[in-house]
Amino acid sequence: MAGLSRELIALRVARELREGMVVNLGIGLPTLVSSFLPPGAEILLQAEDGILGYGAISEQDFDPDLINAGGQPVTLLPGASFFDSAASFAMIRGGHVDVAVLGGLEVSERGDLANWYLPERGGGSIGGAMDLACGARRVIVAMTHTAREDRPRIRTRCAYPLTAPACVDLIITDLAVIEVRPEGLLLTEVAPGVDAAFVQARTEPELRLSPDLREMEL
Amino acid sequence: MIDKTFASPDDALHDVADGATIMFGGFVSAGTPSNLILALQRRGTRDITGIANNIGLGDLLDVLCEKRQLAKFIATFAVRASGARKSLFEEQYARGEVALELVPQGTFVERIRAAGAGLGGVLTRVGLGTMVEEGKRTINIDGADYLLELPLRADFAFIKAYRADRMGNLAYRMAGRNFNPAMATAADVVIAEVEQIVEPGGIDPESVGTPGVYVDRVVRCDPVPVRWYG
Repeated sequence: MAGLSRELIALRVARELREGMVVNLGIGLPTLVSSFLPPGAEILLQAEDGILGYGAISEQDFDPDLINAGGQPVTLLPGASFFDSAASFAMIRGGHVDVAVLGGLEVSERGDLANWYLPERGGGSIGGAMDLACGARRVIVAMTHTAREDRPRIRTRCAYPLTAPACVDLIITDLAVIEVRPEGLLLTEVAPGVDAAFVQARTEPELRLSPDLREMEL
Repeated sequence: MIDKTFASPDDALHDVADGATIMFGGFVSAGTPSNLILALQRRGTRDITGIANNIGLGDLLDVLCEKRQLAKFIATFAVRASGARKSLFEEQYARGEVALELVPQGTFVERIRAAGAGLGGVLTRVGLGTMVEEGKRTINIDGADYLLELPLRADFAFIKAYRADRMGNLAYRMAGRNFNPAMATAADVVIAEVEQIVEPGGIDPESVGTPGVYVDRVVRCDPVPVRWYG
């Protein structure tokens, strides 16, 4: 039983985005979300290096001064603006970014996020992740449901060093959509061909099932 | 006549001594003072404490590791959790040959801004409940906890702008702005690498990103070609 591809996870994340939102996409899987934005909707993508309103990734004309936070060359949409790093992080910490889509290594039952440091590799970097996790109005984590050998990434408590405590609102994986609620984790959607028991078997804390539990529409 | 221009990057770095603390503007490939970094490599200055957003990631700072010029680095992004290819910095860090202080990016720029603006520190929620809070004071204000982050300043700031005049006014280009304006305020000696030098008045005052008061030395250089590191 296979889960969603990385592209389909990104597509499902993009369904959470609406006209007028300011959205920051983290490095890695979240970057793919920019390919699946709802057509015709004006969504402003924010890059930590000081761009609001960038568009598609451009691999043809590399301008070293026109990159997203992952260092990828990007294009600009009409209405875009540039600003310095202090303004960029005031935007992020000050609650002016509606949604941050971040990758994850682990998410806990209460929405703690660990996504910056891998102890077994003795490495990792913080970048903008801690500011985004603390400052964005809504934090969506996009990740595979399990690590190697089916080890759950959704844990009772994170074993890896935290990015921020109690910051995650929604988890979207290759298997499921799970809301972080004050009373615990709520399973709202499962991937095609996957049932709630399959998801629970790969999740450490207990999931409550939404009365509206349904299959993801992709 | 005010004239802050220098003939070459090597001239502009004439008094950078061993043990200096140096800030470097730039974000990956954007707004990176590559010619100043190469001049610092040629100069052979040692025991440097470097301060930059990133090292070994589409920037030229990794060249400072070739002859072990760095004693310590303060950055937001320096060591990757994945990836087969390691930078020289990552290899030296793994062997314990260089120290690293990792800082959240928003805290990083705000600490620099605080130093340049004469503030005693920054209060932020970012880092609470994480490894970042170790050894720092927590201050409660009206029921909410904040971390006290202290100002970050340097002996030198090496920055990059697109255009300058001889008075040191700087104009930036696109995402090349990033940390450069904040770093220009937070070092004893600020050296700007630019692609063009124009007469005073040649930069529209509305477009000055860093007023000349912050800039000590200006040097015109052809940009060093960089490729998309990805």
